[in-house]
Amino acid sequence: MAASESTPTAATAARDRAAEYLLRRHNLRWPEALPWLIAIVCYFVFPDRMTFGSQVVIMIMFALSLDLILGYAGVVTLGHAAFFGLGAYTVALASMKLGWAEPVSGVLAAGFVAGLVGIVVGWFILRYRGLTLLMLTIAFAAMLQEAGNIRSDFTGGYDGLPGLMFDPVLGHFQYDLYGHTAYWYALAVLAVVLFFVRRIVYSPFGQALTGIRENVRRMHSIGSPVHRRLVTVYAISAGIAGMAGALFTQTNAYVTLTVFDFDASAKVMVMLILGGTGRLYGAFIGAAVYMIFEDKLSKMSPTFWQFGIGLLLVLAVLFAPKGLLGLTERLGLKRRPPQ
Amino acid sequence: MPQLLTIAVSILFDGLAYAMFLFITSVGLSVTMGLMGFVNLAQGAFAMAGGYIVVSLTRSLGIDFVPSLLISAVVIGVASIPFERGLYRRLYKSTDLEQVLLTIGLAFMAIAAFTYFYGPIPKSVPLPSWLEGDVNLGFRSFPSYRAFLILIGAILITILWYAFERTNIGAKIRAAVDNRRMAESVGINVDLLFTLTFALGSGLAALGGGFAIQLFGLTPYFAVLYLVLFLIVVAVGGLGSLKGTLLAALVIGIIDTGGKYMYPQAGNFFIYAITVIVLLIKPAGFYGRE
Repeated sequence: MAASESTPTAATAARDRAAEYLLRRHNLRWPEALPWLIAIVCYFVFPDRMTFGSQVVIMIMFALSLDLILGYAGVVTLGHAAFFGLGAYTVALASMKLGWAEPVSGVLAAGFVAGLVGIVVGWFILRYRGLTLLMLTIAFAAMLQEAGNIRSDFTGGYDGLPGLMFDPVLGHFQYDLYGHTAYWYALAVLAVVLFFVRRIVYSPFGQALTGIRENVRRMHSIGSPVHRRLVTVYAISAGIAGMAGALFTQTNAYVTLTVFDFDASAKVMVMLILGGTGRLYGAFIGAAVYMIFEDKLSKMSPTFWQFGIGLLLVLAVLFAPKGLLGLTERLGLKRRPPQ
Repeated sequence: MPQLLTIAVSILFDGLAYAMFLFITSVGLSVTMGLMGFVNLAQGAFAMAGGYIVVSLTRSLGIDFVPSLLISAVVIGVASIPFERGLYRRLYKSTDLEQVLLTIGLAFMAIAAFTYFYGPIPKSVPLPSWLEGDVNLGFRSFPSYRAFLILIGAILITILWYAFERTNIGAKIRAAVDNRRMAESVGINVDLLFTLTFALGSGLAALGGGFAIQLFGLTPYFAVLYLVLFLIVVAVGGLGSLKGTLLAALVIGIIDTGGKYMYPQAGNFFIYAITVIVLLIKPAGFYGRE
């Protein structure tokens, strides 16, 4: 530090470079078009696998919601399925009991409900850290599941609510057997969500979240309203998870209480970790790779698949703590920020 | 006896047996978490592995149930040492997240491996005749298996309490839980202590897993199914506190049993509700350090 400040020109140059980096950081880069290109190519290469494709897109969205809270704000949660499930049941019950079958407004309503619950729950639990917080998130998801089971006359319990009916998307596109509508619909929602999340992540608010992740005490001492920021991002993340859940119900026309499973929460976290946390596109790579391998391997042998996933996690923690995207960075395939 | 009292006694008895199972399986977790702050989601896997060793010993080798329990506890206790030395040790200074991922990965691998060798169907073990049927305690008879579990639990609590509060090594563990750096600087070998308590805790978990076979039926998914319960006991009781773990196990065991008698469709709802309430009021658990 002393060395760089003794030569003023070098210091200014470094500051300029940093300023330039900060200004450009949020600009779109060409690799960011890749996921969408791949998605379009997939449509033409595997037209008969689009039902599966829509599920991959939904899981990407779910993992992206987790990335906000886990990757950026650094809050470890093993109960994010609670919000996915809330969204899934919001549209299911709205369609069944109220006859509210319009899909797009259903997704928005689901996001709203999950977000509201996120505010309330987050306000209570985000004061805590470590094991206490982890247990509270697990217990909250489990409580919702048990409550749904107690009122299984209403929720359909573990047998689920089958045969849900939804209107055509935008009043025009009917759901089809091959999942083409579902695929494009989910992809469109994901694009909107990604745009929104990207804005958040590169905003000053997003910077504050990263600060909280890196050093809570320092954020407190510079006067950042840590709790309020965490509750806000938790609610946003919950809302997005709820929207993913709503898409899940709409594309499957079916939902059961298993959406609240501990396994579901653990699975989405594994996807995100495999892809890489705190870098937006980690959710894309992680969810896609996980879902495709699961689809192939679990048909051959669910036991080996489970063993493989466990082994992968252990290896990832020991050798690639930043996920697949982190690996590519380490190999120098991605630009690094200037020093 | 009046009916209400009969039900109350049954709830207390079954709840006590359940609490002993919870205590035996989670006490090691509490102490190791208190010592190193390590989030170990593989504790359920050690318990499950212990259960399957008991299955193999009794069914394939024809060893009696009770000696099998002991052998299994020793085997798992010893087998856990390489895990601690080789894997866990590398992550003591890592974030919660990495610890969670590593140990959940181990749990997945354990589930898969045991499904491969033992299959997904619940196992049972042959019990000696004195553990089947009922035992008459004068005013009423109780299932002998649960009575035996309560007895073993009580003995273990006494031994652990004595070891923890009255021996040199127990004092060292308490000191390390309280303030690890301070303990190290007065010459306590905390690493070694940790390995010892880790092995002891895993061995006890295996014992709990052995008892679980006849209580709940043992499947490979035991490793995650009951894991949440163990973590709840640890979090509600307070990390590193023997007293807290026992109290939490009793509260959760008895209230859950009561809930299931009175209102069976609620499932585990009461457990989660208690957990949330306790943790919101006392985030470090009953006897944890804030």
